[in-house]
Amino acid sequence: MGIKEYCFKKSLWVFHIAASPCNNCDIEILDCLTPRYDIERFGMLLTGSIKHADVLLVTGMVNKKAKKRVKELYDQVPKPCVVVAVGTCPSSGILFKESYNFAGPLDKVIPVDVYIPGCPPKPEAIIAGIVKFLNKK
Amino acid sequence: MNEKKVVIPIGPYHPLQEEPEFFKLYCDGEIVRDVVWESGYNHRGIEKVCEGKSYDQVTFVVERICGICSTSHPFAYVNAVEDIVSIDVPTRAKYIRSIIGELERIHSHLLWLGLAGHFIGYNTVFMWAWKYREPILDISEMVTGNRNHYAMFKAGGVRRDIENEYIPEIRKVMNKLKPKIDLFVGAVMDDPVIHSRTKGIGVLTKEDIKEFHALGPTARASGIAIDVRKDDPYAAYPLVKWKVITFDEGDVFAKVKVRLLEFYESISIIEQCLKGLEKEKNSPIEIKIKTIPPGEGIGRHEAPRGEVFHYVRSDGTNRPIRHKIRAPSFMNVPTFRASCIGQTVSDVTLILAAVDPCYCCTERLLTLYDWETGKKTMTFNDLIKLSHAKTARVMKKR
Repeated sequence: MGIKEYCFKKSLWVFHIAASPCNNCDIEILDCLTPRYDIERFGMLLTGSIKHADVLLVTGMVNKKAKKRVKELYDQVPKPCVVVAVGTCPSSGILFKESYNFAGPLDKVIPVDVYIPGCPPKPEAIIAGIVKFLNKK
Repeated sequence: MNEKKVVIPIGPYHPLQEEPEFFKLYCDGEIVRDVVWESGYNHRGIEKVCEGKSYDQVTFVVERICGICSTSHPFAYVNAVEDIVSIDVPTRAKYIRSIIGELERIHSHLLWLGLAGHFIGYNTVFMWAWKYREPILDISEMVTGNRNHYAMFKAGGVRRDIENEYIPEIRKVMNKLKPKIDLFVGAVMDDPVIHSRTKGIGVLTKEDIKEFHALGPTARASGIAIDVRKDDPYAAYPLVKWKVITFDEGDVFAKVKVRLLEFYESISIIEQCLKGLEKEKNSPIEIKIKTIPPGEGIGRHEAPRGEVFHYVRSDGTNRPIRHKIRAPSFMNVPTFRASCIGQTVSDVTLILAAVDPCYCCTERLLTLYDWETGKKTMTFNDLIKLSHAKTARVMKKR
């Protein structure tokens, strides 16, 4: 077992970055943590500090003001980390790619490991995405 | 700004709220003396995107303004388009619209209640509120096909019908929800800790509300009975019986009470609308709109947070040439100037959350015009000029 696999074996701590979303993916992420889905059972916690995070959940089309901040946050995460693009917005930009404030999809800004499409993705889809990534390792 | 004051930055990415926003608290000891709010982390240029889409597509775009009130914006938008065409939608469509609108109000208020509980430190309330929110989302999924972003609205009617087979299921969930709301009301009214944390905190007087033009539950908690559903009736709201809930105190506790009691009104509206649906069996759910004549229209809807206002101008083509959106938080958030200053830091988080701010809705670009000269008060070029002037000054000093 390499160090990378060892890091992601247990209790992933999650940090949530809202890079100009519509709120919906963010709520679905919180939904994952509340009683119906309750991923806290597996030690997954929403952490307040980026320095404690293993997983970055990024939502929203990245706008010009948020781009700089997202980059900065990515530089602060202890590596190795997993970057998850939650929703179609960070994956492709959907209808916002015509917007004057669109600063490229997320993978143009920081490297992305998992894409979870959907507008918004259901909590099941978010959980399945992370599980798929962990099994691939 | 006095140099002695301590500055506490909150945000833009912080665990408190799920949206990015930046608050700067200028503190004197524990007491907050000034608050500065910076936004723009969420600006997506939706108004401009809307102007490049056809009338039918815009309903989907405006839905994506905000995830929590994702029906409010299409609701106001279709009202605006129907105002241009001046048609009246079928009664069945009206009932369906009201049901979706009220379902959204219930889930949004539950979400807020949970977050408010979380801010006070009652994580049990947070977990319960979000647990009881799930059945509402299940109904939405059953009826519309998606948990949020329902895509139910269409200029001239609704896209999908609520099948009559679904009605008993919706009734069952509503009946199950009532005792849960009773539980929340009991918990809030009886708990001495919640009383001491929320009573007399962040008081907004009637004058403050009028000065800031605050809307929705924020205004109703200060004794102003403002509600678009009553003041300018639309959809099925004039067809059903319900009342506007107001309290006079204006503090955080009053805001909690207004939202809690609005649950009962929403449930009663849904039940009456379901009866109406059963009466209106097999009637049409939409009128086909062929062309949209040149003109302008306004549409309003009472979202969970207050009045949403949409203005659409048409030139007879298939896409709007101007689309203006004003969300309730745009008026509600600035009230922190009246409610936060003079409070302690620990209360400010709760006060900021009490108006149920939605920054995604609020992020519109604003240009100020001088009233007398009619000129833009500050353009981008002006800012560049200012910056150039500063560089020149700095260079001179060297």
